[in-house]
Amino acid sequence: MRWLIYGFAFWAIAFWINLLIARTPLREKRWARVFVPALFGFTLLVVWESMVRGLNVSPIILPAPTAIAERFMAARDILWQDFVQTAVKGALSGYVIGAIAAFSTAILVDRSDFLQKGLLPIGNFVAALPIVGIAPILVKWYGFGWESKSAVVVVMVFFPILINTVQGLRETSAMQRDLMHTYAAGYWTTLIKLRLPAAMPFVFNGLKIGTTLALIGAIVAEYFGSPIYGMGFRIQSEAGRLSMDMVWAEIAVAALAGSAFYGTVTLMEKIVTFWHPSQRGQG
Amino acid sequence: MKSVLPILTVVAAIMAIWYAGAFAMNAKWARDQAERAGAELTLPELFAQTMNQDRAILPAPHQVVAELWDSTVNKRVTSKRSLVFHGWITLHSTLWGFALGAVVGMSLAIAIVYFRVMDMSVMPWAIISQTIPIVAIAPMIIVVMSLIGVEERLVPKAIISAYLCYFPILVGMVKGLRSPDSAQLDLMKTYSASGFQSFWKLRLPSSMPYLFTSMKIGIAAALVGTIVGELPTGALRGLGARILVGDQFGPPIRIWSALIAASILAGALVAIVGLIQRITLKRMGMAQ
Repeated sequence: MRWLIYGFAFWAIAFWINLLIARTPLREKRWARVFVPALFGFTLLVVWESMVRGLNVSPIILPAPTAIAERFMAARDILWQDFVQTAVKGALSGYVIGAIAAFSTAILVDRSDFLQKGLLPIGNFVAALPIVGIAPILVKWYGFGWESKSAVVVVMVFFPILINTVQGLRETSAMQRDLMHTYAAGYWTTLIKLRLPAAMPFVFNGLKIGTTLALIGAIVAEYFGSPIYGMGFRIQSEAGRLSMDMVWAEIAVAALAGSAFYGTVTLMEKIVTFWHPSQRGQG
Repeated sequence: MKSVLPILTVVAAIMAIWYAGAFAMNAKWARDQAERAGAELTLPELFAQTMNQDRAILPAPHQVVAELWDSTVNKRVTSKRSLVFHGWITLHSTLWGFALGAVVGMSLAIAIVYFRVMDMSVMPWAIISQTIPIVAIAPMIIVVMSLIGVEERLVPKAIISAYLCYFPILVGMVKGLRSPDSAQLDLMKTYSASGFQSFWKLRLPSSMPYLFTSMKIGIAAALVGTIVGELPTGALRGLGARILVGDQFGPPIRIWSALIAASILAGALVAIVGLIQRITLKRMGMAQ
């Protein structure tokens, strides 16, 4: 009972602080934009902890955040090994290959209006399909190692990046292209100096969608066969043994990897497309 | 109509690549067989043999179509070997997940548009929630649900697909609810409209085009979520389970037919939402 009251009290105070910040001009401050969501997230953790302690929830159903953190620290070696296997070898390599393949295909297709018209609707359709389903097939083809995971990721990230790049390359207006023409710029000069930069916001949109898909693909593929390490393998086997604190520690790794991956791409986007209206005026 | 020819060309190209791939990947097995039998294969013979293997590494398209036909039309719909049966199971939990995700997404969107504190604290976490690979959580949700005593497979699958589909709906709805410009909002004020009235008569209607566009993404994501929920968890029914069982016991062609069935389902769902969008927007006078 005591823990429930603590949790409720903390929530009430945190809510009051956030409300206060959101209602005053403080909200325009930069630290407030970080502090408010951070406090919200921390409050969720505190409420979770106090619920688990106050209601005596079995650790098999829902372990407390402190228990998960303890397990995380204790199992750092295993978690790191899993992270390297799944996120770096499987997801990252597949992501890079898939992105390069999609980008090159988009540039090849770009020269033919006919191909673009055919590829865009089909790409849009394929991007909506449950492509993860090919995971068992590719695991059969390429074996249990990270290569098969990488292959799944290549297929999964290919289409979103392709259609976004093709769409982005069509973004320039006739006026801009005419200007390049009056400068006597050829196809390649126009592509590099005008159309590729103009396409970048779209390309990054595809790249950002791809980050989440890459991790999903790499983890799902491990459910169909993997060496005895890797995030997907660990989650499934530990969930079967009911050691939920380890599962949650692995989920924390997945969450950190996913957010870091997404954050890196967003940072690159900021650097590359600094001229775009959506990036300007954010200090 | 102009766009049909390019699309057909691309489809034909994909088919050609598929056939070529089937030939290349299945040729080794056919050659081995011939070698064991002590026979020489001419090229046309080799080609014919790669197209009809029972356990082909890559089944040719016509084999997949035949299997698809066989497992939908030739089986009773209640049979466990019918893809219609499995497709229905998957569709069922996709729709539940989509409904759940849509309700969560829309209510969060309304709260975010009307309460600044929600905007500041929840929106960043909604974005972060999408960078977490949900599949990592899927096995756990299913184990925990069965521990709590929810035997129904539907609930965990619906939760996973709701998790995947709420976000696009949330983002689209927020954008839509904020789309009326200040002149329109001011006009509502001069009519002395209450907060609820300006929501019901201005903000909500103007959010509809955005909402439908994001619902099309959302329903495709919900289907992906359901299939992911069926994959790693030893489910026995549903298209995802069909893929899993085909992987472990059956001929590989079952995986392919289940995949194609899932794709058809995805296309149909998106098309239906698109149709509802067109009818609704037309009746609201917003048709483009």
